[in-house]
Amino acid sequence: MHFEPYETQGFHDEMFMAGGEVRPEAKLLMETVESLEDGQLERCQRAAEKLLLRLGITFNVYGDSAGTERVFPFDLIPRIVRADEWEWIERGLKQRIHALNEFLDDIYHEQKILKDKVIPEEVIRSAKFYRPECVGIHPPRRVWCHITGTDLVRHGDGQIYVLEDNLRVPSGVSYVLENRDLMKQTFPQVFEGLRVRPVDEYPSNLLEMLESIAPESASTEPEVVLLTPGMYNSAYFEHSFLAQKMGIPLVEGRDLVVEGSYVYMRTTKGLRKVDVIYRRIDDDFLDPLTFRKDSLLGVPGIMDTYRAGHVALANAPGNGVADDKVVYAYVPQMIRYYEGEDPILPNVQTYLCWRDVDRQHVLKNLDKLVVKSANESGGYGMLIGPHSTAGQRAEFAAKIVANPRNFIAQPTLALSRVPTMVGDHFEGRHVDLRPYILYGKEIRVLPGGLTRVALRKGSLVVNSSQGGGSKDTWVLAAPKDGGRS
Amino acid sequence: MNDSRPLLSRVANSAYWLARYIERAENVSRCISVNSYAQLDLPLEPSQQWQPLVDTSGDSTEFAAHYGAATQANVIQFLTYDADNPSSVYSCLRAARENARSIRETISSSMWEQVNSLYLLIESQRTIPKFNWAADICRDVRLGCNLFQGISDATMTRGEAWHFLRLGRKLERADQTSRILDVKYFMLLPSAREVGTPYDDILWSAVLRSVSGFEMYRKKYGRISPKEIVEFLVLDKEFPRSVRFCAGCAGESLRAISGAPAGTYLFESERLLSHLRLELDGVSLASVIEGGLHEYLDALQTEVNAIHMSLQNDFVAKKSHAKVASTLFKKHPCRTLSPHVYPKWYPVLDSDRPDGKRAA
Repeated sequence: MHFEPYETQGFHDEMFMAGGEVRPEAKLLMETVESLEDGQLERCQRAAEKLLLRLGITFNVYGDSAGTERVFPFDLIPRIVRADEWEWIERGLKQRIHALNEFLDDIYHEQKILKDKVIPEEVIRSAKFYRPECVGIHPPRRVWCHITGTDLVRHGDGQIYVLEDNLRVPSGVSYVLENRDLMKQTFPQVFEGLRVRPVDEYPSNLLEMLESIAPESASTEPEVVLLTPGMYNSAYFEHSFLAQKMGIPLVEGRDLVVEGSYVYMRTTKGLRKVDVIYRRIDDDFLDPLTFRKDSLLGVPGIMDTYRAGHVALANAPGNGVADDKVVYAYVPQMIRYYEGEDPILPNVQTYLCWRDVDRQHVLKNLDKLVVKSANESGGYGMLIGPHSTAGQRAEFAAKIVANPRNFIAQPTLALSRVPTMVGDHFEGRHVDLRPYILYGKEIRVLPGGLTRVALRKGSLVVNSSQGGGSKDTWVLAAPKDGGRS
Repeated sequence: MNDSRPLLSRVANSAYWLARYIERAENVSRCISVNSYAQLDLPLEPSQQWQPLVDTSGDSTEFAAHYGAATQANVIQFLTYDADNPSSVYSCLRAARENARSIRETISSSMWEQVNSLYLLIESQRTIPKFNWAADICRDVRLGCNLFQGISDATMTRGEAWHFLRLGRKLERADQTSRILDVKYFMLLPSAREVGTPYDDILWSAVLRSVSGFEMYRKKYGRISPKEIVEFLVLDKEFPRSVRFCAGCAGESLRAISGAPAGTYLFESERLLSHLRLELDGVSLASVIEGGLHEYLDALQTEVNAIHMSLQNDFVAKKSHAKVASTLFKKHPCRTLSPHVYPKWYPVLDSDRPDGKRAA
């Protein structure tokens, strides 16, 4: 299969330059792909899909009847990230996560950033996921955002921007590991001659981080568990995958019980104390005594135990306040305030509809902007102006006027593209990139990430629930680490 | 096993059910194959030939209501593909997969892959059900279930989870063997005076083949004799599908799980299982036949059910034993819990009634 007559069509392409010339870091990949016999790439692609089904690497689709599973589509052409660019991304992410963690610790304690009027108090008070229940809590090591999956996008100007921080329960890392595995199994020859940084250290790093936040009451070998909502959750595969890779129990709410201010799991030999919980359940469902009373997924009383410092929760409850898209707009100010530095990774320009000037601008330019609800995710609750109908725009205009605090708008980004197999040829498809960051004793960025790709022609929505797929992400080793220059 | 981490009760339960469902799927598919072959040689009415299969799986009422006559096509459809029949091969494999999925982090990846493949196999056939293909699919399922067992034995540490799998498999197998014998014996008895006719031989061979015991029986006894078949399937010390053999293995696994010293019991299920083993070790064939085989097998099944129920009480919805156990596991201290906070236990997609008996 040949890339000719592939065209970048005016978008920033991760593999080819505007003139159609292949980027130096992708040259070897292109040559390998083009040297394959006719049909071989398609065969590899089909083999990969079959393997996914057989391995049961599927996600559940909400709204479908229970048990409906789909394979998360996978495309064989990887996204390549140069070593120097990755070094910059990594520094930027570390800076950002550190500042966000400072912010969370501050906002649930002294609120200096509000007193110093860097962020308007009103923004926090009206944030849907600000949790008064978390005020005064001291999580171990003062770490709140243990696991982050930051969404990065590259715009037409070639610049990488942070689109979302995802500080609550980011998912997708299992696909990073599985995609790499799949590539090695079905298409090993493409790795030859390239120094792609490995990603399989992630489960060990995750476990080490989780053990590092164990409360003082834990023994030298803390009991760490992963709490899942259960096997009908859309990310259940990932929960079982990570538990298996770390060798820790995968528990459901009904397996846990609080007694005398400690958390225990029910085993065949009675109750056994749990020290650290990597919870993949939203705050809302965590504890029916503190949050949603109708939750059957959580553990009654667990928040009191957490408050008493007898169990560690990762991520810390309360992080959602920083995922609010209005709060997101203030992250550059946070970085300057807490770190005394300029942000390395820029935010996407964001219009806050509760500001009169911004709202006027947004309402006038709905056909050009992307409008998002402040607290929705998964590609829901948004309007992509250029792809919208007049009716949809009128609907959003009314919503914005009715509740301006709940909406933000951003320019429609021309997300960068990567060649993707479409039948017997390649076409450019838009991608984003979600690196994963762990914060325990130190901040570590996994060299790689989930490259999600919008498989529908022209689509900018990469979410798995809306026709997205994924690609392997290759972070190349720097020459000093043995990589090619 | 005191040095390993105790297993979550839910995980123990799912491992146990996973093995039971795989074993059940294997048995049902083997019975279908055996019956399909045997009928080629028999002058029986189809209903005489196929009804007992429905009776063995224990859902005759359900079958009669939905299918009517016990023709070959109807019975095969009912037992192989029917999603509404909780004992069909399809339902068993689906339930096995759901259980496997819920403990995917506990079993090995290749075990999961095998259960998943089995499910995908039957699912792909279900959309094009043709009863004359049943022989192929039944063979594939049977081999697939054997493969699952082989993979489990080859890839899993002999920890608690593995022993719960083995417990489930052995109890299900004991139950299936006694059921098959019970139903067939009941059906064959009227013709028992015709012992020695060619048909009788075919029928009794079919019973043996239903538990893949024909060849092993021949090696041991030579000629076909109903009494010796009973001895072989219930009391044999070495045949892996005999009730006695299965009870023995189940007992070993339960002892490994509880860690109780020899001659003592920590759990009610241990006491019951030990009682069953002693009984099977000591009973004579003559007394089994004299007291009525059906009565004997019925009592056996009741005992197996009682063991099943007390396993649930002892390890899944545990109430009273946590305290006893905690003294044994100093390295991993356990605490007791007041009984009222326990949630009601229920099996994943289990077809059985709460009292442990199947619908008649």
